[in-house]
Amino acid sequence: MFKSTEIVSVLNEMGITHVVWVPDSEMGQWESELESSALQMVRVCREGEAWALAVGLTVGGARPIVMMQTTGLFESGDALRHVVYDLQVPVYALVGARNWLKPEVEDSAALYAQPLLQAWGVDFIMIDQPNQAKELSSHYADCLKAGHVGLALMAE
Amino acid sequence: MINVRKSLEVLSRVRGPQDVVITNQGSARIWPLISKHRLDYQYNPSTMGGAIPLALGVALTQPHREVIVVSGDGALLMSLGSLVSVVGTGCQNLTVVVLENGIYEVTGGQRTPANGTAVDFAATAQGIGFAVTRSFDELTTWSHFADEIFTIHGPRFINLKVTPAEPQDLQTPAEPAPRQIRRFQQLLETSQD
Repeated sequence: MFKSTEIVSVLNEMGITHVVWVPDSEMGQWESELESSALQMVRVCREGEAWALAVGLTVGGARPIVMMQTTGLFESGDALRHVVYDLQVPVYALVGARNWLKPEVEDSAALYAQPLLQAWGVDFIMIDQPNQAKELSSHYADCLKAGHVGLALMAE
Repeated sequence: MINVRKSLEVLSRVRGPQDVVITNQGSARIWPLISKHRLDYQYNPSTMGGAIPLALGVALTQPHREVIVVSGDGALLMSLGSLVSVVGTGCQNLTVVVLENGIYEVTGGQRTPANGTAVDFAATAQGIGFAVTRSFDELTTWSHFADEIFTIHGPRFINLKVTPAEPQDLQTPAEPAPRQIRRFQQLLETSQD
């Protein structure tokens, strides 16, 4: 969806300081560009760690973004619930929507991503066009201003 | 086996005035009986296994202070990989203290999968690459070690074999989570020395 140079540029524009991630095959292509930027990469072993770690970074004064795939989003549901409803810390995430651009592929991960986020009441946008980088930036700003969790589903 | 409350009293004695202590689950109920420090954060109600990653995030952004996180063994087992994440960041100012009692204390004392096995948490942390790993089952040796704990670069992993808590010590009311974390964040912002 986004080229690696473009995502680094957008993250810099957003003021992001840390990328907390469990990459998928699409985001994984950004790794070397992210590493060579000023962004701090924080690699976690499982997605459930990512939300709590992003909370710790946020309360410590940083501006993290969480990156994972929809499969990881499902896996880390309770950790996300805790951040959204219990702590109410404005963490933001970019989540790769696996097989979103391949309707011929039957994939429950694609089918349930949006209904799940709607059920949880998470403020999210769908990014399915390469020209939506600005939308990512503005949605992040809106969620930060509102003081709540935000998420961008990135079609893959 | 160390009395769990006494084991935490040792930690309270050696923590520095600018150090952060993050507790969760059972320890979050006991800690307020021991410490009233402004940089205490009772991460409760929490997602089990979330305290270590949260503390890592704080440690990465606050390199000028020590961050101590107290976890139960049951919570650690739910996120053992978080120890690898700690080491992977290269952070040196984080101390993980595990209270090993072999049970899920907050749900009534059911056995963890590690109970009765040869699982050695300190050896696991050593294998992962923690700079300092120790295990204690006796109060005096833990207390002596604790006096020197922050003279050695971390990350540090301390396993304390403890007794279950007294039931009344687990009844401490928890402050509403949003209010507590906002206060904690403000204190981290304003307490930089």
